Amino acid sequence: MATQHSRSAARIMIAPAVILLLGWMLVPLVMTLYFSFKKYLPLRGGDLGWVGFENYSRFVTSSSFWPSIATTLTLVVSVLVITVVLGVLLALLLDRPMWGQGIVRILVIAPFFVMPTVSALIWKNMFMDPINGLLAHLWRAFGAEPIQWMSQASMPSIIIIVSWQWLPFATLILLTAIQSLDGEQLEASEMDGAPPVKRFWYIILPHLSRAITVVVLIQTIFLLAVFAEIFVTTGGAFGTKTLSYLIFQRVLESQNVGLGSAGGVYAIILANIVAMFLMRIVGKNLD
Amino acid sequence: MARSVTTRGKAINTAIAWAVGLLIFFPILWTILTSFKTEGQAIAAPPVFLFFDWTLENYAIVQERSDYLRYLTNSIIIACGSTVLGIIVAIPAAWSMAFVPGRRTKDILMWMLSTKMLPAVGVLYPIYLLFIKLGLLDSRAGLVIVLMLINLPIIVWMLYTYFREIPGEILEAARMDGASLKNEIIYVLTPMAVPGIASTILLNIILAWNEAFWTLNLTAAKAAPLTAFIASYSSPEGLFYAKLSAASTMAIAPILIMGWFSQKQLVRGLTFGAVK
Repeated sequence: MATQHSRSAARIMIAPAVILLLGWMLVPLVMTLYFSFKKYLPLRGGDLGWVGFENYSRFVTSSSFWPSIATTLTLVVSVLVITVVLGVLLALLLDRPMWGQGIVRILVIAPFFVMPTVSALIWKNMFMDPINGLLAHLWRAFGAEPIQWMSQASMPSIIIIVSWQWLPFATLILLTAIQSLDGEQLEASEMDGAPPVKRFWYIILPHLSRAITVVVLIQTIFLLAVFAEIFVTTGGAFGTKTLSYLIFQRVLESQNVGLGSAGGVYAIILANIVAMFLMRIVGKNLD
Repeated sequence: MARSVTTRGKAINTAIAWAVGLLIFFPILWTILTSFKTEGQAIAAPPVFLFFDWTLENYAIVQERSDYLRYLTNSIIIACGSTVLGIIVAIPAAWSMAFVPGRRTKDILMWMLSTKMLPAVGVLYPIYLLFIKLGLLDSRAGLVIVLMLINLPIIVWMLYTYFREIPGEILEAARMDGASLKNEIIYVLTPMAVPGIASTILLNIILAWNEAFWTLNLTAAKAAPLTAFIASYSSPEGLFYAKLSAASTMAIAPILIMGWFSQKQLVRGLTFGAVK
């Protein structure tokens, strides 16, 4: 039959994508692993030989390692909590009948399409600047001393910026999930006189649990990699150095490639742990 | 849902939703407004909202001083180039996985997804080094390749979910009528797949346009796209709010408009079909 023919054709058609991605994954991965076992300083002597696991132990014992883990966790967890909680509320709000729903949706989604360097810079300069920023004007209007956002409240600043970028994503996905909710069930509960809070807790929230999980996992993967928002605001100063940013500094700024590569391997392991959970959910949906 | 809602309830919903929507949109609105102010008005205390002398001079200055059009060209070439290249590679792969699924199709799809989760910073130096060795550093070709590769899993996945919705019987009928594989793709499949392909292209241009790790680390002067152009405004020089706003507005306007058209595809593309 034609199946044999189409099977082999199918294989040839998949090949380019698979080969490209395989190369994209394996070549740099092998190189990172290779460098991670070397003392490699491109600007100060180049390849200085094998050092075993020294880079790995040095990376985790350096004074900036644990703070960077704490910063990463603070950023990821705060943004997740903010975006999921506000996202659920916003999705519930947007699901209700109103005039101009389409326009409101567009307004809410817009921040997601703003490139990270732009959103970080407009927040930093036009809102959080302690002299001319809009927030400083607001603080002064209430007779308060404006906050030095970037230095005194550096983490909250970055959390606000990143949450603003990701809230639309969470809202959009949760709204899609709410809209697929079976209306009859809600109506029945309404007729039975279930108060709104109970309806939310026993019907809407369980229905949303899967969408919330997906939002949490996907955002975690992107949030672990937050880069531009730190790069153009604090540059990693004032306690905003995440694990990704620390590795970036080791590799490109101080050109200690061996040490940075060991850090890279840790980051890859961390991301893979998160990815495993996501893949399980996505995989279930494929059958 | 056939829930009856009073006009008053609807009015309250509308008011709250609009207030929240405008609050979330406000930073963008404020940026657009500020781009039409003079630098003096941009930092006026108290801030002026609408009643100022509207001017276009900031746009002219930004173009003149930093050659905005060059960055724009780079962004367009990189975003469109990587997307087109990705589509060309992904269509055959997604087609064969959707219509001739084998035992390993699911594993291949999951594996492709897993490559998307490789943290960029973990492979930064190897890519950097390869780029130097291959003469690709600060070149548009280099970025086209990298962005194509990082978005390829999403492109394959999106196309796969769209292709799977095309009924297989139609293809079988075409095959019965003696259509060759080539004709089957050109005359039967393509017309039905065009909307899905268009959505995929749209979302991936947006993702590539806004990508801000590789574009910042692998470019300098020549190939820098708009993400890097804006990053150059991170060290303030005197009065610059209005100019920063004009530059920002120009950098986000094209994609904001495209984004509004792709809301629905966004969910599909970024959740890998896990939320419908």
